[in-house]
Amino acid sequence: MSAKKSYFRRLAGYYAWFCVCFAGFLLALTLLENEGMPRLWIGHLFMFATIVLYATIGVVSRTSNVTEYYVAGRRVPALFNGMATAADWISAASFISLAGGLYLSGFDALAYIMGWTGGYCLVALLIAPYLRKFAQYTIPDYLAVRYGGGAGGRGGPVRALAVGATIIVSFVYVVAQIYAVGLIASRFTGVDFSVGIFLGLASILVCSFLGGMRGITWTQVAQYIIILVAFLIPTMWLSVKHADNPLPQVAYGSVLPKLAKREAQLAADPREREVRERFRQQAAAYGVRLAALPASWEQGKLEAQRRLDTARLRNVSLADVRSAERALAAYPKTADDAEPLWREQRARLLARAQPPQPHAAPFPGATQAESNARRNNFLALVFCLMFGTAALPHILMRSYTTPSVHETRVSVFWTLFFILLIYLSIPALAVLAKYDIYTSLVGSDFSSLPTWISYWANIDKVNPLIQVVDINGDGLVQLAEIAIDGDVLVLATPEIGGLPYVISGLVAAGGLAAALSTADGLLLAISNALSHDVYYKIVDPGASTQKRVTISKLLLLAVAFIAAYAASQKPADILSLVGAAFSLAASALFPALVLGVFWKRANHVGAIAGMVIGFMVCLYYMIRVHPMLGGRMDAAWFDIAPMSAGVFGVPAGLLAIVVASLLSAPPARGSDGLVDYIRAPE
Amino acid sequence: MPPESAPPSAPEHDPQRQRRLVAARAVHWRRTRRLTVLLMALWLATGFCTVFFARELARVTVFGWPLSFYMAAQGASLVCLAIIGVYAWRMRRYDRVYARALEGEQ
Repeated sequence: MSAKKSYFRRLAGYYAWFCVCFAGFLLALTLLENEGMPRLWIGHLFMFATIVLYATIGVVSRTSNVTEYYVAGRRVPALFNGMATAADWISAASFISLAGGLYLSGFDALAYIMGWTGGYCLVALLIAPYLRKFAQYTIPDYLAVRYGGGAGGRGGPVRALAVGATIIVSFVYVVAQIYAVGLIASRFTGVDFSVGIFLGLASILVCSFLGGMRGITWTQVAQYIIILVAFLIPTMWLSVKHADNPLPQVAYGSVLPKLAKREAQLAADPREREVRERFRQQAAAYGVRLAALPASWEQGKLEAQRRLDTARLRNVSLADVRSAERALAAYPKTADDAEPLWREQRARLLARAQPPQPHAAPFPGATQAESNARRNNFLALVFCLMFGTAALPHILMRSYTTPSVHETRVSVFWTLFFILLIYLSIPALAVLAKYDIYTSLVGSDFSSLPTWISYWANIDKVNPLIQVVDINGDGLVQLAEIAIDGDVLVLATPEIGGLPYVISGLVAAGGLAAALSTADGLLLAISNALSHDVYYKIVDPGASTQKRVTISKLLLLAVAFIAAYAASQKPADILSLVGAAFSLAASALFPALVLGVFWKRANHVGAIAGMVIGFMVCLYYMIRVHPMLGGRMDAAWFDIAPMSAGVFGVPAGLLAIVVASLLSAPPARGSDGLVDYIRAPE
Repeated sequence: MPPESAPPSAPEHDPQRQRRLVAARAVHWRRTRRLTVLLMALWLATGFCTVFFARELARVTVFGWPLSFYMAAQGASLVCLAIIGVYAWRMRRYDRVYARALEGEQ
């Protein structure tokens, strides 16, 4: 006990030192900025310093011991394990996109907050303590031993299916994380996107390659601290600015009514209406062109060509010629290409023609049915995110790393606690930033736009992250004239709030830490599934421990490079499927995991049926409905979005396990004893 | 391969002790199950009611927040945290009762 305590105290000491050094680093940079250090250097310093930090932790905790490599020696104290899991959990999507999502869609985006926190109840009560009692290395391990079957009752088929599900889910997810790493690195240091990816990759590899689970655990604790500081400083700043209260989670309640008043004011403002009317007209023009296809495509092409010719002939400014050239180059190549493009543009214009929706109003809809559909989709999404959380291998894997079952339960508590420190501030940040933009930017003069707008508008010229154009030519900014990409909100918050550039660098470092920590955990989950479950358990059960760890490291390297290569191709289709990973994980793994503990009669036939049918139902619904996969939204059941396919997949999987188990012979006697053992306290 | 740690059926020769162990485990599991069901019901009720009755709850305002917004943004998550905390706390007590039951009878 005292050894455990002194270990805890030593760790706490290290991290206290880390915090002090980190604060000193921030302070030094602030001073340097005041002395006139250029922005780019600050960005470089942040990137460089954090990556060196993670790599150093990785080198310090290098290991080639099997237990250390796979489960950090099972001696991570609950508090630190909770912190590391929280960092594992807070992905680039949570850190960068979630606040932006809330800014743009108000109440609807709260589904993510509810789903991504509520899932921990399922983890804590139904899965984590039992996994810890079982005390193996991976999730497929547990499923294979519990259900048995296959050659020699070793559970080969169940293991293979679980490995397949783990890899599919984690890979989609890790590609998105690495993509985010590349994005942040390239935006803040000016390096090329692919170079950014490989910079991030280097730091991921040094710590997980050398230290395995042990390395990433201690890195993730440091990353969590950076994420927390990076998120809270700008949010608290805005909170003090608008509510005179440094606690954003408490303060934004008083800003909400002010925001609602402002929204109502803007919805009725005549200038706003004028701008929205213009958008409606432009959308109507697209409607006319769509109706007159393909003749309108010919005509439009000629017109674009003519405009370029006249621009060249009249010898107008170079910028005008360029823009005419760009317009011609971007013009759809055929009439068939034009149709979806114009449809999309019309939809975008129509969306911009809508008056602002009240931020806090749940499920606004023109009709009761529309409102109900939104509510049902909200419920379905929450359901999928919760059950998906409870089935993500890289999170569940973490329940193996604590010293005891009790510590695992406490560790899940700490995990949610640390996640909530961030998650409760995300809606606050969205409200505060929205209020700031609605009051100080809207209504201001076009000649005095803040610099952050042009900075962020110029980063990606093709798809600008923020666009403010004087549509009605009155020289004033109207809300309807601002088009903002959700991803820019968190990264731009320090500038929106008027903070020094150091804080912008800090926020970028926080986003980077969020993406890197999640990528670390996911890569380890994939390579462990391959090396432990496929290589050691199926291919070569006689492998020495040294060989197992070496194979694992090599696989990690291979997976990391494949994922980085996939991310460097900027795969839009994969990114849009990240949300779907939750549904897939929930449908394939959750039923087998939970029934394995709570229903002794579940056998390997049931488990196989459950995993296959759950996954298939989920996949079928996505293909049927997701436009990216060739489906149509008209084919939806109960208007449920394809991303929430798990709402059908999980019940199907549960039902399949029950039916198939009851139709086949009861499990072998050993499995009964195993379940009793897992349920019993230590 | 069976788990490395204690196998399910420990080599117990004393049948009486074996019976006691089984009985203590059964009591412990019954309690665990009851607690789990209770807390899961609470979890389900919080999550479901927050969303399903959101439009009705939006009319109630607490410290500036419409109640449904507050519940979805903070309340439901805090209830979850409380559920996990209560679970860890109660389970530790059950574990201790179990350990005492085994010790006391040795």
